[in-house]
Amino acid sequence: MIRAMIVINNQGKPRLSKFYNYTPVDQQHQVIRSIYSVLCLQPENVSNFIEGGSILGPDSRLVYKLFATLYFIFVFDSSENELAMFDLIQVYVETLEKCFSNVCELDIVLNYSKMHTILDEMILGGQVVETNSEKVMQAVEEISKLEKVTAATKFISKSTSLLWG
Amino acid sequence: MSGGGGPSLMDSLFQRTLDDLIKGIRLHLPGAPQSSFISKSLDEIRREIKSTDLQTKSTALQKLTYLHSLHGIDMSWAAFHAVELTSSPSFLHKKTGYLAASLSFRPSTDVLLLLTNQLRKDLSSTNQHEVSLALECLSVICTPDFARDLTPDIFVLLTSSKSFIRKKSIACLLMVFSQYPDAVRVCFKRLVENLESGDSAQTLAATVSVFCELASKEPRSYLPLAPEFYRILVESRNNWVLIKVLKIFAQLAKLEPRLAKKVVEPICDHIKRSEAKSLVFECVRTIVSSFHEYEFAVKLAVAKIREFLLDSDLNLRYLGLQGLLLVAPNHLWAVLENKEVVIKSLSDVDRNIKLEALRLVMSMVSDDNVVEICRVLIGYALKSDPEFCNEILRSILSTCSRNVYEIIIDFDWYVSLLAEMARIPHCQNGEEIEYQLIDIGMRVKDVRPELVRVGRGLLIDPALLGNPFIHRILSAAAWVSGEYVQFSRNPFEIMEALLQPRTNLLPPSIRSVYIHSTFKVLSFCLHSFLFPKKEVNSLLSDNDIEPGFTYSESEQEFTETDQATSSSAFQKRDTFTQESIDNVLTLVITSLTPLVENHDVEIQERVRNVLGLAQLAQKDISSHHDQKEKMVDKMDLKVSIIIRLINDALSEDFGPIPFNAQERVPIPDGLVLEENLSKLDSICADVPLPKSESFSLLKPINLPTDGDSISNQHNEEESETSAAESMSLLAEHRKKHGLFYLSSNDNKNASSSFPPANDPSQRDNDMEDLVKLTEESLVLKRKPNLSRPRPVVVKLDEGDRLPIIVKKTDENDDLISGAVRDVLLGNETSLHSNNPSGRRKGKTSSKDKVENSETSNSSKRRSKHRNHGNNVDKKEEISEKSKQKSGGRHRARRRADGDIDVAVQKPVIPDFLL
Repeated sequence: MIRAMIVINNQGKPRLSKFYNYTPVDQQHQVIRSIYSVLCLQPENVSNFIEGGSILGPDSRLVYKLFATLYFIFVFDSSENELAMFDLIQVYVETLEKCFSNVCELDIVLNYSKMHTILDEMILGGQVVETNSEKVMQAVEEISKLEKVTAATKFISKSTSLLWG
Repeated sequence: MSGGGGPSLMDSLFQRTLDDLIKGIRLHLPGAPQSSFISKSLDEIRREIKSTDLQTKSTALQKLTYLHSLHGIDMSWAAFHAVELTSSPSFLHKKTGYLAASLSFRPSTDVLLLLTNQLRKDLSSTNQHEVSLALECLSVICTPDFARDLTPDIFVLLTSSKSFIRKKSIACLLMVFSQYPDAVRVCFKRLVENLESGDSAQTLAATVSVFCELASKEPRSYLPLAPEFYRILVESRNNWVLIKVLKIFAQLAKLEPRLAKKVVEPICDHIKRSEAKSLVFECVRTIVSSFHEYEFAVKLAVAKIREFLLDSDLNLRYLGLQGLLLVAPNHLWAVLENKEVVIKSLSDVDRNIKLEALRLVMSMVSDDNVVEICRVLIGYALKSDPEFCNEILRSILSTCSRNVYEIIIDFDWYVSLLAEMARIPHCQNGEEIEYQLIDIGMRVKDVRPELVRVGRGLLIDPALLGNPFIHRILSAAAWVSGEYVQFSRNPFEIMEALLQPRTNLLPPSIRSVYIHSTFKVLSFCLHSFLFPKKEVNSLLSDNDIEPGFTYSESEQEFTETDQATSSSAFQKRDTFTQESIDNVLTLVITSLTPLVENHDVEIQERVRNVLGLAQLAQKDISSHHDQKEKMVDKMDLKVSIIIRLINDALSEDFGPIPFNAQERVPIPDGLVLEENLSKLDSICADVPLPKSESFSLLKPINLPTDGDSISNQHNEEESETSAAESMSLLAEHRKKHGLFYLSSNDNKNASSSFPPANDPSQRDNDMEDLVKLTEESLVLKRKPNLSRPRPVVVKLDEGDRLPIIVKKTDENDDLISGAVRDVLLGNETSLHSNNPSGRRKGKTSSKDKVENSETSNSSKRRSKHRNHGNNVDKKEEISEKSKQKSGGRHRARRRADGDIDVAVQKPVIPDFLL
């Protein structure tokens, strides 16, 4: 399964992190830091895999791709194919590109929840559920519409009651 | 709108959005300004989140989630607010709530159960995106309670008409199964149905992924589904699906060898046909790791690997090397064929590629090329960056020491290689080299002269003392030089080396090793001086000082056994003159006296020991020198007696013995263990064996750091935790306790008194009880250690480590597979009644209850047709249909040979495969 999806910039700042097994947040940050400490030492033009045994526990691998200032990272185990994970990064970035056209780090910084939305359309519970960026886009657009509907009605239906229960 | 500490209207109206927060964080410099901004924002959030206005609350939670996920801010206190928002009618709020929950909830979150109802509600929502939110959240925070309560809801979703929902519910199922294995009983057949209905590629991909995960934990239960997977393998054109199916087959093929014949061709077809590198690589990996006995397939795979290796894409080259590494164990020719590429890759810029290449090179090592390969690698190590250099050294060290130096034939060469490594500037493997130097010294008697020579080379080089990384190696060199000083050509030189001023650069623990070695060297010199070899016996008889004196015996023993000694012994006789001894005593006293006040107790103690001996000797010997005319014999001196005793203790060539050594002595040919001995074994089995880590206790015990000098030897003998022993110890032991040993009539081993190799069949019988015993206690019995062609290497426990415990499937995995078996084998009737279509061929499922399996085994074979829930004459129908299909490749095969190795208590899995 896919264990985690992480986006960090080239200074090691996390932009997105999603762990598919429960991992306390401080541990997540520790993992991100140690991944960054490896990535930042990688020279250019080298292969994009890192054996993660030491950082991420047994049977874990890591594939990353650097786009401009951002590292897109997948952490996964032997149930996944390395090159397929590589493709998955591509699909994710393609989708971002479709979403933001000429995506840059700022888009990603400012659209935190959309990043999650896109990711959730592609991966659920560590399993890949969609690899077609068109279809991901379609779902993301539907979701945005749903969100906007609520945003527009928020002043109308300003409820004071708690809806719990 | 609010009271108490709640937010004011102004707060709500002018609430910062997530964007504002992010921008604000970016405006503040990292460090103090930023963290103070964050804590200020956090205060705002705490206020806002209490708002009764859901929009305000939602925005606050959004900000908090962001801070939590990317800045590590604790948000466990806001769990209730997240739950609250999930129940909002607004999609945005709901989404915010779920996102917060899935990113921050932990199994211990107290409000977790409050979410159950909401999840259930959303799982049955008509809005597919709401369902999707709930599934996503559930897949992350799933607990046994959730899984139990929500299984029915997910069960419904598995047949949803929307593939969007179906694929997600399938993916979510994996988490549900792992938390609540009983869910398998409910959902499994619907999962299988999704495998069969090929209406959506993504649904199929998700289903196959789930099976792949399940099979990776416990493949056996999924064997009955093999025909279904086979169909997918042949029919599907979706790379994601195919990759997962290949992974499943890689698991299944381990259990059912006949599968290989069936799937190997379709896999080859994929290799030939596919454009997708990922799929090709997966095919290659599957073939070389699971189907390596199919020559044509392996050839094809190796050809592809070669393409990868020559590709300009570094990722492909890296994976190519990985593939090659998988081929290596069974088809070394593939590696040799690509040798140039591999060797060239050693100097690649890419670290991954270098490492893989190194592993490949090591995979080629055998006893006849180890010298050559190590020479090449050392050359690479010298010009590599420090990190890779050490990687190379580590590989050499671990490969050469594997299985008790199995591949090393020329130990003199290996010992000098170790010394050469020590001189490589970046070498950081001191600890391992230290260990091996000492280890070899104890195991391989014949190499000791060379070891001492090598040790001398290291000790006398003052430059080496300045490099902290090789202090450990020096420690080994010092120990070796002290312990085996009798092989030294010039003990005085070693003494000087051990006492050179630069030793003050050493850490105290190693310095004390040096000093203790001084002690051994000194006592050796004094002894050689006081008891010149020729005279020993005559003096003994003349003076009758000590009847039954044992020293001469042991002295003779080692001169006899080791040819090398005799030559140096001649030399020594001339070396140990009155003058040289005087000099060495003076040297010892002047060098060590300043250390009497050393802060380190170890050093202080050892120094006092050495000085005590040296001063005593100096006094006695010089006074004796003065009274030369009186012809007082040296043997009368007080120091002589002491030296004899000390040397006696030191010269015994003993390694520590493991307390279970008896158990490890190979049983001689044709030996019938007597009853009382087997009782002894069962008693031994009750004694917990040491953990495998403790086998490395050689070091603490053999370095004289652990005890005071004279009693050191006794410590070693008595040490129960030690795991090493020497051949001579065993021999000695046998002499002393001969009556406990059965006489050996076969002397294959070099050490004549060592019991010869056992007869395995004999042993098997006798060991049955033991095996049982040990299985109970989870300590598996080691296989008998057959004696090897190089008896000079004392093989200890290390070659025979406690077996690695087979990957234990956790309890839940067992439960899952148990449930799967029940569903597949036991409840197949209901399984079929639920199957909507009979169009599919290759339907696989057991047509028999578990209890029937025995009688129906022979009729169970691959059925390519769905049995439409028709239970009458089931078996006949199946066999008929399978016969119809048996033309061409799909040959029906009897299961009579029963080559599935099924564990006793497990239900027999019928043969649907062929």
